[in-house]
Order: sequence, then C-alpha cells, then structure tokens
Amino acid sequence: MGLDIRLPIGALFTILGVLLAGYGLGSNATVYQRSLGINVNLVWGMVLLVFGMVMILLGRRGASHGSKLEDRNHPAKTQP
Amino acid sequence: MNLTIIDWIIMLLYFAFVLGIGFVLKSRVKTSTDFFLAGRAIPAWICGLAFLSANLGAQEVIGMAASGAKYGIATSHFYWIGAIPAMVFVGIFMMPFYYGSRARSVPEYLRLRFDEKTRGLNAISFATMTVFSSGISMYAMARLIQTLHILDAPFQRLSVSPQWIFHVSIAFSALIVLAYILLGGLSSAIYNEVLQFFLIVAGFSPLVWLGLKSVGGWHELTKRVPAAYTHSWVGMGSPQTNPMGVEWFGLVMGLGFVLSFGYWCTDFLVIQRAMAADSMSAARRTPLIAAVPKMLFPFLVILPGLIAIAVPAETPAAVVVSSSNPPQHRYLGRGLIPPKIDDSTGRPKLDENGYPVLDYDLAIPNMLLHYFPTGLLGLGVTALLASFMSGMAGNVTAFNTVWTYDIYQSYIRPNASDQHYLAMGRFATVFGIALSIAAAYAATRFNNIMDMLQLVFAFVNAPLFATFLLGMFWKRATGHGAFFGLISGTAAAALHHGLTLPSGAVPGIKGAWLGSLLHVYPSEMAQNFWTAIWAWTTCFVMTIVISLATRPRPEKELTGLVYSLTERPREEHLAWYKRPLALGAGVIALTLVLNLIFR
Repeated sequence: MGLDIRLPIGALFTILGVLLAGYGLGSNATVYQRSLGINVNLVWGMVLLVFGMVMILLGRRGASHGSKLEDRNHPAKTQP
Repeated sequence: MNLTIIDWIIMLLYFAFVLGIGFVLKSRVKTSTDFFLAGRAIPAWICGLAFLSANLGAQEVIGMAASGAKYGIATSHFYWIGAIPAMVFVGIFMMPFYYGSRARSVPEYLRLRFDEKTRGLNAISFATMTVFSSGISMYAMARLIQTLHILDAPFQRLSVSPQWIFHVSIAFSALIVLAYILLGGLSSAIYNEVLQFFLIVAGFSPLVWLGLKSVGGWHELTKRVPAAYTHSWVGMGSPQTNPMGVEWFGLVMGLGFVLSFGYWCTDFLVIQRAMAADSMSAARRTPLIAAVPKMLFPFLVILPGLIAIAVPAETPAAVVVSSSNPPQHRYLGRGLIPPKIDDSTGRPKLDENGYPVLDYDLAIPNMLLHYFPTGLLGLGVTALLASFMSGMAGNVTAFNTVWTYDIYQSYIRPNASDQHYLAMGRFATVFGIALSIAAAYAATRFNNIMDMLQLVFAFVNAPLFATFLLGMFWKRATGHGAFFGLISGTAAAALHHGLTLPSGAVPGIKGAWLGSLLHVYPSEMAQNFWTAIWAWTTCFVMTIVISLATRPRPEKELTGLVYSLTERPREEHLAWYKRPLALGAGVIALTLVLNLIFR
C-alpha cells in the first residue's frame, strides 16, 4: 500500500523512548518506590528508543531496496 | 489513578499516530478492494501481526490475566492447544482455498463451495456477532476507564459530572475507530493493529519483568502459588485434580479441536487479515507468522495474573482498586485481586460457602497500578486502550465487508458500481459502529441478554468447522448437507446445553433450561467443551448423511474450492524459511517444547 508501517512505528517508539527516558532522567527517586527502586522510565525508555531507531533503519533500508520481496512477483492467479 | 502530564502526553501521542496512519492511507483507497481487502497488497509479516492483534481484544488481555489468576499456567492451553494447531492448519491446508478462490470473505467462500443459503446463514449470524462483540469491547473499555478513575481528575478540573465518564469513553473510542477505518479501510485497521501489537508488548513486558523480580523470580513464584497453578498438563487426568475442572479428552477435543479450529479457521475477523496478503504464499504464512508471538503471549498476559495472586496480600498497596472502591474493612482478596463488591450493600460478595467472590478481571489493572510509576503507567494504560481498540476495529472491518459483499450486494442491491459498494462500505462502518454503541448500552442495562446472546453465538459457532472441513476436503459435500448440517449442529449445541449443568449452578442461563437434567459437569468449562463436541459431531454426521442423499455438484464447478480438485500451490521458488510447511513444522515443534517445559 505504499506506506512502510515500520516508519510510523519507528517514529512513535523513538518519541516514546525519548519522552520516557528524558522523564526518567529528570524525575526523583521517590517515584520509583513502586517499581522496586528501579528507574524503569529511564531503562524502558532506552529500550523503546533503540527499538524505534531499529524500525526506522529497517524501514528506510526497505524503502531503498524497493519491493524486491521475491514472491511478490508471483501473485496467486487461480480462478475459481 | 493519578495520571500526570507525561502519561497524558504518551496517550495523546498514540492517538495522534493512530489517526495519522488513517490520514496517510486515505489517498490510497480508490476501489472497494482497497477498502475491504487492503488492495491485497500487504506483506506477510504485517498481516501476521494483524492476524494476532485483531484477536487481542478485551477478552485476551484482561480475560487471560484473569484466567491466569484463577487457573494458573493451565490457561496457556487456550494458546498452545486452543490456537496454535488451528493456526498452523488454516495456514497450510485451508488458506489455498480462501485466498486461491478469490472469495472476498468467508461467507463468500461458502457460496462458491456450497450455495446461497449457507452463505446467507453464515453472513447474517457473523455480522450480528461482530456488532455485539465490538459493543462488548466498547462497554468493557468504558467500564475500565470508570473503574480505574482515569478520567476523574480531568473531569473534575472541567467541572463535568463524573456520570459522563462512561458516555464520553464510549463516544471517544467509537470516534477514533470510526475515523481511522473510514479514512483507510482495512489497511488502516491492519496497520494500526500492528502498531497496537508492538504497543501491547512494550506496555506489558515491563510488568512481567517487575512482577517476577518482586516475587523473586519464576522459581520463587512457583513456591508461592499452589502447585496445580504452575503446571499445564499434570493433573489433567481428572477434572478433580486441576483448577479448570476439565479432563484431558474434553480439553483436547472440545477446546483444542472444535472450538479452536472453529474460530481460527473459519472466523472472517482473522481470515480477512490473511486475505489482504500480497500473494498466496504470504496469505499462507500469515497465520504461521502470527503463531510465533501467539505461543509466547502466555508469558505476557497469563503470567501477570499468576504474579497478581502471588504478591503478599498484606502489602499496603495491595488494595488498589476494587469494583466500586468502597472503604475496605478487612482485606478479603487474594494478592492483588480484590473481592467483588455487592453494589447494594457495599460489602464483598460471598459465594454459597461464605468465601468472597474475587474480581479476577482487575488482575492486569491492579498490576499496572502496583508496579508502574507515572510515565510507564501512561504507556501501560495506552497499551490497554490499544488492546480494546484493536479488538473493536477488527470486528468493525469484518462487519463492513460481510455486510457490503455478502448481504447488501447479494440480497439488496446487486450489480451496482464498485464506487457504490465503496460508499456503502463507508456507510456500513458508520452504522456498524452505531449498532455497537447500542449494544454497549444494552450491556449496561440487560446483563442477562448479553450473556444469552453470547450463548447463542457459541451454539452457532460450534459446528462451523465441520462444515468447512467437509467442504474443503470432501468433494461430495453438498449445499443442502452443509446448510442443514449447520442447523442441526446448532440445535444439538442448544439441546446439550439445555439438558446439562455445571456442578453448583442452578438451572437457567448456565444450562438445564429444557426442564430435565441429564448430566452434571464438574465445571462450566467442561460443559462448554462438551457442548462444542456434541455440536461438531452432529453437524459432521448430518452433513455427510444429507450430502449423500442429495445431488452432488459437478466436479468442474469445484475446482479451486476442494482439496482433491485443486492444484497444490507451488513454492519451490521460496526460500525454505518462507515455505508454509517448514514454518508450520517449526511452530508445532516449538509449541511441543513449551508444553514439555510447563507440563
């Protein structure tokens, strides 16, 4: 359909990652009593950021390769 | 629940992306095939994740965690027995007919293979079901927003009465789903389902991580809950020795065969995702790709339920939310699971033995509140909302397609232009959602009617797989055989349910409503599984008998629709890891390993 879904997913997770990690850096430790003292915002924000960037990377690589997926060239043509 | 600005930003960001995807796809919808079948141009991995995500509605996330808290690891049977084998079967054996016949929907396949009346029966019951399912999703979501007090603070600030929270939640979720489906049709729904899939994984994984860490890891967890809760097969020899109250035969045949194959192999809601694939091999890979995350989902949705009952009850934060938040005198819950509260007395509901009735549906919400700090909490709540919306959107896209192609085009207005059907599809989206809203409100008023409808749907669905199995693999099966087989299967389900009862239940909605009681099952689940087995067997036998008594269709009309008369799809050009058979074998092997580990 022309839109590579990896790009919007990558963009959303990159922004989410930056937001969470940034908030994690700025927030004080009392917030993290619930999460066993772990600054989960920072940790999970970084994970999401990395995931988002990988998705963007894959999406861009996919775009430059075009649609070379080999079985695209063999669509089913069986008629009832 | 105290959401702060960061939580709101995360939630709004998600909604902005959901709508944004719809807007980007808008210009690409030009024909009805674009709208209803995403132009049959979606790569396999996207269809696969959408296949999984369309089924990730309210029942999945909330219900499976609830079931995890209630029955333990045995809940994974709903995945490892109750989904994976059927997903492999539909990918390898059935997809060639669905995709290859160029049918645009599952009911349309039934018309090609059998006749008009079989299609009509399936189309009408399916369309009704989707509307109610999406209504129930909507209702559950609005109730959850109320229970978790997500909107209380903003409503207070705007000085709007909290009574409006339910209505606003319904309207808001309806508008979002409406907007993105109207804009981009099935591709928009599929793309958003993929987004929702990743969001659900991102939102719930830290919950499992923190939960396991807090109870001291998996081994410590197994020590804290009763032994039966950590095994999926040990104890399945008899209904008395496992928390589900079923025996292995009922489980394997009822859940693993009849119900699971009936859903994953015939339900257009999921099949539609595979039909949107860009090639036959991609369509066949769709359920197989979906099976991989599916088999791992127990760790994401069942484990939190198990952790919720393992967290010590005396933890002060344990009483986070209960059904209606009354002051708690003495904690009667189990871990993070609070007792249900009787609305009229404000006290915990007790069962006939005087034990409190637990509100297992609050397992996931209370886990989120217990472990997630502000920030991550926003992500968790967003993941929860995403799961409701993907369930809703899945039903709506299936509804608009079946309505337009199988009901409107077949019985109301045939031979109109493609643009006319495209417009009808958009219109069907609007009134499908309007009907869902009506169903959601019906659920608030008439709880029993909803239970009854779900029961009727269960009767209608139970025999379906027998019809498809015979249709695809036995060329002698006829339209009359299929139609009357289905009717007799549904009747058998109703009859069985009307004559049996789960132990401890009273005659009525739970069974035995025909006046006499022939058998008492150890649990409701066992009764459900056996109702399905009876329905399937009756439909299977009746379809064969009636088919043999009626005139067969000429073989040349059945090419591409029946196994023995269809050329096998060629896949020599595919890399081995893209061949459905290899993928399917891998998926089954992995599932076996999981069953062995958690036996």
